[in-house]
Amino acid sequence: MLTLSQLKKIIKEEIKSNLLIVKVALVGDSATQLLCTAIRGIGVLRGYNIDLFEAEYNQVERQFMDPTSDLYQFDADYIVVFQSTHKLGERHSSLTAEQQANLAEERLQFVADICSNPALASKKIIYFNYPEIDDTIFGCYANKVESSFTYQVRKLNYELMRLSQQFQNLFICDIAGLQNKLGRDHMFAANVYTSTEMVLSIDALPYVASRVMDIVCAIKGQFKKCLILDLDNTVWGGVIGDDGLEGIQLGHGLGIGKAFTEFQMWVKKLKQRGIIICVASKNNEETAKEPFEKHPDMVLKLDDIAVFQANWETKVDNIRTIQQILNIGFDSMVFLDDNPFERNMVRENIPAITVPELPEDPAEYLEYLYSLNLFETASYSNLDKDRTKQYQVEAQRVSLSKTFTNEADFLKSLNMVSVVSGFTKFNTPRVAQLSQRSNQFNLRTVRYTDADIEALANDPSVLDLSFTLEDKFGDNGLIAVVIMKPQDKETLFVDTWFMSCRVLKRGMENFTLNTMVEKAKAAGYKHIIGEYLPTPKNKMVEQHYSGLGFTTIEGTSTAQFVLDIEAYQPRECYIVKK
Amino acid sequence: MDTNQILADVQEIFRDVLDNEDIEINFETVADDVEEWDSLSHIQLIVAIEKHFKIKFNSKELMEWKTVGDMIDCIAAK
Repeated sequence: MLTLSQLKKIIKEEIKSNLLIVKVALVGDSATQLLCTAIRGIGVLRGYNIDLFEAEYNQVERQFMDPTSDLYQFDADYIVVFQSTHKLGERHSSLTAEQQANLAEERLQFVADICSNPALASKKIIYFNYPEIDDTIFGCYANKVESSFTYQVRKLNYELMRLSQQFQNLFICDIAGLQNKLGRDHMFAANVYTSTEMVLSIDALPYVASRVMDIVCAIKGQFKKCLILDLDNTVWGGVIGDDGLEGIQLGHGLGIGKAFTEFQMWVKKLKQRGIIICVASKNNEETAKEPFEKHPDMVLKLDDIAVFQANWETKVDNIRTIQQILNIGFDSMVFLDDNPFERNMVRENIPAITVPELPEDPAEYLEYLYSLNLFETASYSNLDKDRTKQYQVEAQRVSLSKTFTNEADFLKSLNMVSVVSGFTKFNTPRVAQLSQRSNQFNLRTVRYTDADIEALANDPSVLDLSFTLEDKFGDNGLIAVVIMKPQDKETLFVDTWFMSCRVLKRGMENFTLNTMVEKAKAAGYKHIIGEYLPTPKNKMVEQHYSGLGFTTIEGTSTAQFVLDIEAYQPRECYIVKK
Repeated sequence: MDTNQILADVQEIFRDVLDNEDIEINFETVADDVEEWDSLSHIQLIVAIEKHFKIKFNSKELMEWKTVGDMIDCIAAK
């Protein structure tokens, strides 16, 4: 293939000769000047003098909607429309999950409108399809989530093919296929394939294996839940303490602000899918918060941040504080900082945390982060977006509890209500998700998929219970699950009991057990047997059953406990059943 | 590059890829002489050699080699 500079020379040399003139208009939402040059050059090579009209930057809609626009004036034979995946991604970022699921449809409607416009009936429309950009918000799980960017881009490319069958004048320029071809030069080695039967290049194997294990780990409950951000030169360009509110680089105006704006859009999408966003910054708190409150180009707002630590303590101390407030493992946290010194200090002191080696150039941040696929997941529910709110509320609760000297008074003051329900098609995704996420308060750590939960719900012998918890500060949503299976006619075995650590120390365990006994009794059982299977993370519930009045069963290979239902006295709690 | 130097480099690659520091190869060495050198590790050797010498073998060449010497000649010719 000729280079762009070779094409430029060809245009200069050849354009005067008597080539056939073809009128082409190019309408795009990105900088397309050099693409126009290349088209004219290749045109000459193929024997055409391309009379090319290039619409003003980013005016696709206007050019088509306005019948007096330059596009219609120019009266081209061929109209090339190049709407970029990047701009589509920006639009995707600005929508709610429901709107995101409609993104492809919205764009397809626009293309259909162009193609069916009578003024353009005699024109050939050459429409660029969309090379994929996996934003790794869901990892491979994006394939299961209709609102994900990957899902919408693939749907769009597929439906564009169908649209081109419907409209005679629509031709798809397959630059998605072109990106695949250029990528395949790395993924595939023809000489190796010919002499073996290997369709993946040796260099691609570790990447492919890594995606496989991303999925396995996510299903086993090892995935990232929290992203901790440094601020200066990570979230915005420059140093807020030195450069001031007007001096930091953000948005499409100053310096490389665009890189930081797009980075923030990515963080915001992570937040909307349930990743907890925190800040750890060496700054005065007031100074650090100022851009969040006042800078017009900040995508992230204070509302998006669950825990905001800005002070002159070390990053290590601040990350430890965040960990204590959130009560999740360090291994489920990612820390992003542009400063290699800070990164190393955090790595040395908190080995479990993931600290990506951010590239020096902020322009490279996103593509680098995409390559890591940090946020693979095995479940998603549309309630995930509320998680940040719940942690912010938790911080309020913590401060209220300090004003009560008596724990019971504090618990009463919370006005707690719990909805108890079996598994339904509405709560199945959340139940499955919690079974994958819960590590600490989880007695047997059995992981369930949506399909598993559905099967349990349909099994009449299984006693399945889910619990929500709401208090005067807000709704925690579904936070606890119990699955009991008959061991014999008189005995129920607790296959699963887990609870979100967000609701520890509220008497939820007592409420749960009261409910379990009530259900078991109604079904005619005499005993409940519980079992504790230790993992590296669930030491918290080692004494769970003995603490609730179960008796240790002697002589079993695992730790098992039994409760006599007849003798059971309901345990004290301040939660009202709804 | 002279063939002895290539042989020395290739030997290093063999040791690294096959994970055996004791491997000694010469121009007459064939796959049967080296225990770890099977069809799968062969592909890894090829890719490592291609990277090291910044060359590309075609599939016909890969099929035709009988000895390390054939391989070295092929590298030297690139």
